[in-house]
Amino acid sequence: MASMNPALRYRVIRVYKEMLFMGREYPQGYDYFKTRLHKAFDSQKHLTDESQIMKGIERAEFVKKEIEALYFLKRYRTLRHRYDAF
Amino acid sequence: MSGLRILVPVKRVIDYAVKPRVNRAQTAVETTSVKHSMNPFDELSIEEAVRLRERKTVPVEEIIAFSAGPPKAADILRTAMAMGADRGIHVQVDEQTPLEPLGVAKLLKKVVEASNSNLVILGKQSIDDDAGQTGQMLAGLLDWAQATQASKVEIGDGGEVTVVKEVDGGVETVRAKLPMVITTDLRLNEPRYASLPNIMKAKKKPLEKKTLKDFDLEAAPRLKTVKVTEPPPRKGGVKVEDVDGMIGKLKELGAL
Repeated sequence: MASMNPALRYRVIRVYKEMLFMGREYPQGYDYFKTRLHKAFDSQKHLTDESQIMKGIERAEFVKKEIEALYFLKRYRTLRHRYDAF
Repeated sequence: MSGLRILVPVKRVIDYAVKPRVNRAQTAVETTSVKHSMNPFDELSIEEAVRLRERKTVPVEEIIAFSAGPPKAADILRTAMAMGADRGIHVQVDEQTPLEPLGVAKLLKKVVEASNSNLVILGKQSIDDDAGQTGQMLAGLLDWAQATQASKVEIGDGGEVTVVKEVDGGVETVRAKLPMVITTDLRLNEPRYASLPNIMKAKKKPLEKKTLKDFDLEAAPRLKTVKVTEPPPRKGGVKVEDVDGMIGKLKELGAL
């Protein structure tokens, strides 16, 4: 991968690490998340076109937002069921 | 009016998703090697403090995160700082002799005086002890106005605080002047996620370590836990043959 743009490479690795960190709290467990995350990134490793890689990074950022929302909703719902009688 | 100096006390509790287990001696809940995180109601308070700053209607001079607990409570303070608190104060308390709400309130009073805060935002209760007392006691000790179970907080230029509170079957709007104590309810806001880069940045923020002696306080417990038991397991239901059978059963149970 020597031909790859080092700045893009850095961004991909960073978003991967950030998502790994988020996966520690994943409801189905870290191992479940880790293997799937790895697979998702691995399946895109053939990309060489910079605009395609940028699209991949954008998708990763979108998934990150989705996971954040998932965590928030899960916690909100659990607490609501626990503390609000309805 | 000078800016807001907000104090946000946070607590390290067993994670909300973990099912607590009673220890064998039936004296407490098992805490060793159990996942801990920040009390969810305290996340709401941090978020509200940060949002007050972002709203820019009133300048926020500083947001202090405070925690009293075992050494690992420092991790929770890092999370609070990753979410936007400026600095942290950690009072080390032994895990074997945790503080009671009154002890925490007395400690917070000293911290408020030392840091010259004019707004304290607390979670309405912690999800482990569910006492829901600290905020109210603190307001009493400080002789400040208080608004509990807040679902909306607005602060005007002159230091008037308008708080919408959750009450039975509706909401109640109250107004008071700073200084003030506010406790948060679940619907106040949506706490942001403490991301990895922000946690890394938070490691550079100052974190003061203190002990109870620094505040001339002692934490002798007033209550003794006699026994802790798990709730009874749910009893299985029965199947009824038809409508008459169901009505008969309901009558038997006194529901009709």
